[in-house]
Amino acid sequence: MDLMEYQAKELFAKHDVPVTLGIVVENAADAREAAAQLGGRVVVKAQVKAGGRGKAGGVKLATSPDEAVELAGQILGMTIKDLTVKKVLIAPAADIKDEYYFSYLVDRANRRYLCIASTAGGVEIEVTAHENPDAVKQIAIDPLVGVDDSKAREIVETTGFPAEVADQAVDAVKKLWTVFVEEDASLVEVNPLVLLGDGKLEALDGKVTLDENASFRHADHAEFEDQAEGDPLEVAAKEKNLNYVKLDGEVGIIGNGAGLVMSTLDVVAYAGESHGGVKPANFLDIGGGASAEVMANGLHIILGDPQVKSVFVNVFGGITACDAVANGIVHALHILGDDANKPLVVRLDGNNVVEGRRILADAGHPLVTMVDTMDGAADKAAALANGEAA
Amino acid sequence: MAIFLNEHSKVIVQGMTGSEGSKHTQRMLNSGTNVVGGVTPGKGGQTVAFEGATVPVFGSVGEAVESTGADVSVVFVPPRFTRGAVIEAVDAGVPLVIVITEGVPVKDTAEFFAYAQSKGTSRIIGPNCPGLISPGKSNAGIIPSDITQSGRVGLVSKSGTLTYQMMYELRDFGFSSAVGIGGDPIIGTTHIDALQAFEDDPETDAIVMIGEIGGDAEERAAAYIKEHITKPVVGYVAGFTAPEGKTMGHAGAIVSGSSGTAEAKKEALEAAGVKVGKTPSATAQLMREILQS
Repeated sequence: MDLMEYQAKELFAKHDVPVTLGIVVENAADAREAAAQLGGRVVVKAQVKAGGRGKAGGVKLATSPDEAVELAGQILGMTIKDLTVKKVLIAPAADIKDEYYFSYLVDRANRRYLCIASTAGGVEIEVTAHENPDAVKQIAIDPLVGVDDSKAREIVETTGFPAEVADQAVDAVKKLWTVFVEEDASLVEVNPLVLLGDGKLEALDGKVTLDENASFRHADHAEFEDQAEGDPLEVAAKEKNLNYVKLDGEVGIIGNGAGLVMSTLDVVAYAGESHGGVKPANFLDIGGGASAEVMANGLHIILGDPQVKSVFVNVFGGITACDAVANGIVHALHILGDDANKPLVVRLDGNNVVEGRRILADAGHPLVTMVDTMDGAADKAAALANGEAA
Repeated sequence: MAIFLNEHSKVIVQGMTGSEGSKHTQRMLNSGTNVVGGVTPGKGGQTVAFEGATVPVFGSVGEAVESTGADVSVVFVPPRFTRGAVIEAVDAGVPLVIVITEGVPVKDTAEFFAYAQSKGTSRIIGPNCPGLISPGKSNAGIIPSDITQSGRVGLVSKSGTLTYQMMYELRDFGFSSAVGIGGDPIIGTTHIDALQAFEDDPETDAIVMIGEIGGDAEERAAAYIKEHITKPVVGYVAGFTAPEGKTMGHAGAIVSGSSGTAEAKKEALEAAGVKVGKTPSATAQLMREILQS
C-alpha cells in the first residue's frame, strides 16, 4: 500500500524523523487559513499516490494566503497519472541550502535490504543514476543486524554527507530505519532530505510503501486505506475482497491463481489481434475457493464494466475442484438473474473436470459456451467481444 | 534422482493439525509421500488418523527430527507464526523447508531467509508457493499429483496454477521434478537454484522455466543459463499486458517504470538462447519439439 506524502510524514513524525507536517485541505478556501497559520509563504502540494507531481504542475509556491487559495484551486481536481487530486498539503516554504536523496527498500535480487543515498537530491534518483552514477551510493543491509550506530555511520560516510551535517544525518538515518522496520514498510524514500538555512536537516518529502501482508500487526495502518481513490470498479471489488485490477478492454477475465490470470490476459490480447483488436478488460483472481458467492461477486463487478462485451472464465483445478467451480458459475448466474447479460466462455481443466463440464452442460445456460482449451476459449471470447456471431 | 525431493525423503508437516495442514497432509499421503510426523506446539504426543496412515504429532521440530529422521518440512502455519516456524526448522537442521503459507510479511521472510543463510544447513523454498513434486517419488506441498507422471522434464515456476497448466500441457512426457518457487518479493529458492539442480540431475533432460512480471529474477536466470546450463531450456513469461504500477495478484508481480516488464524478460531469455513461448501451449509445443528431435 502506497501512502500519500502527508501520511508518510505522519509516520516520520511518529518516529521522530525531523519533518514539518503542514496542513491538509480538501477545498481551496481552506488554504487561506492554513497558509496564514504557516506564515504566508507556502508550498501547495498535490496529494496523490504518483511520482512526478512537480512536473505535472501539482507542486507550486505561493507567496501569500490569497495566492495559496488560487493555487489550491488550480491543483485540486487536476489529474496526475489518471488520479484526481482531492487533497493538497499546505507546507511552509523552506529555506533550502542543500538537497539529498535517501531511501531504504527491499533488495529482491539479494534477498536483504538496501539503502540508496545520494548527496545529489531533489531530482528523480533514476535521472541522477543515469547522468551521474558515481553520485548514487548503494549500501547493503543485513536483515538480522539492521541499521545500528556503526551501520548508520557507514551509510553517512559512504554517501558523503558534509561533515557539518554528519551527526544529524546519522540520527535521521537511524530514525528512518525505525520507520522502515517498525512500520513494516517495503519502501521508505525521502527526496529531498534537505539542509535548511538554519543548519538543520529535514525530510521535505516522503514516500512510504507499507507491506499489506503485515497489516495483522498494524491495526493503525487501516486509516491509510484508500477510501475512494482509484477506479470505482476497483473500489467496489476491494469492498468484496476481490483481487481485481481494471484494464482498458472488452473481454472480462476471471481465473484462479495470479500467474494463470496474468497468462490469460496475454492469451486474450493475442487472440484479440485477429478479432478487431479487442483486449482484456480486467485482472481478477478468484483464488482457491471459487464459491458461488465469490463467482457471483466477481461476475457482478465485471458485468458492471460497460466496456465489457464478453467474459472468459479460465480455471485450472489444482486444489479447486472443477465441479465446485461449475456449480459456482451456475449459482452465480442464478443470483445475477437478468443482470447477467453478456456471453460467458468457460474453460475448465484439472481436478474433477469431467463432472465440472457435465454440470455446465446439464445447466445449459444460454449465455455459457464451454471450450476445452485455453487458446480456443480465448479466441472464442475475443470473437464474441468483437460482435462476431456465436 | 529428481531434485531436492525423492523417494527417500521423510516429510514432516508444520501445522498438520490445522485445516489446510490436515487437508494437504492427506493429499500428500495419497500421492505416496512418506509423511513421518506433524508439528503443532502443545499437541506433542497426539496422533492424527489419516486415511491409510496414522501420523504422530510432535510439540517441536527438534523432537520430530529426533524421532523420525525427517529431512523435509512443509510449513502450513498462518502468516503471523511462519517466521518462528521456519526458524525452528532451521535450528533443528532440517535440510529442506518448504513454506506454503501465503501472506507472510516480507520483513519476516527477509529475516528467516537471512537466518537460514547464516546457518548454512537449510534450503528454503517459498513462501507463498505450491511446493515441490517429484512425480512417483514424493510430493511436498499442494501440487496435484494426478496431473502427470514421472518423466524427464524439469519445471521451475513462480506461479502455482501455471505450474499445473504446464504439467498438464506436457502430461504425456512427465516430469523429473516440478518446483513452485513462489511469487513473493523475497523467496528462498530462485530460478537459478532450480536450474542449477536440474543441470546436475541425470534424470532431467530438458527444463521449462516459467516467470512473470516484476523484479529481475528472469534476467538473472537468463545470464546464468548462458554461462552454466547445457540442457535445453524453454521459457514462458506471464504478464505482457500488465499495466505499470499495478500489483497483479502476487505481491511481487508489479511493473515499475520500464523495469520488470515481460518484454524485457523475454528478450533477456532469448538472448541467452532460451526459446520463449507466447502462450503456455506454445511453450509446451517448443518443449515437445525439443524432446522429439
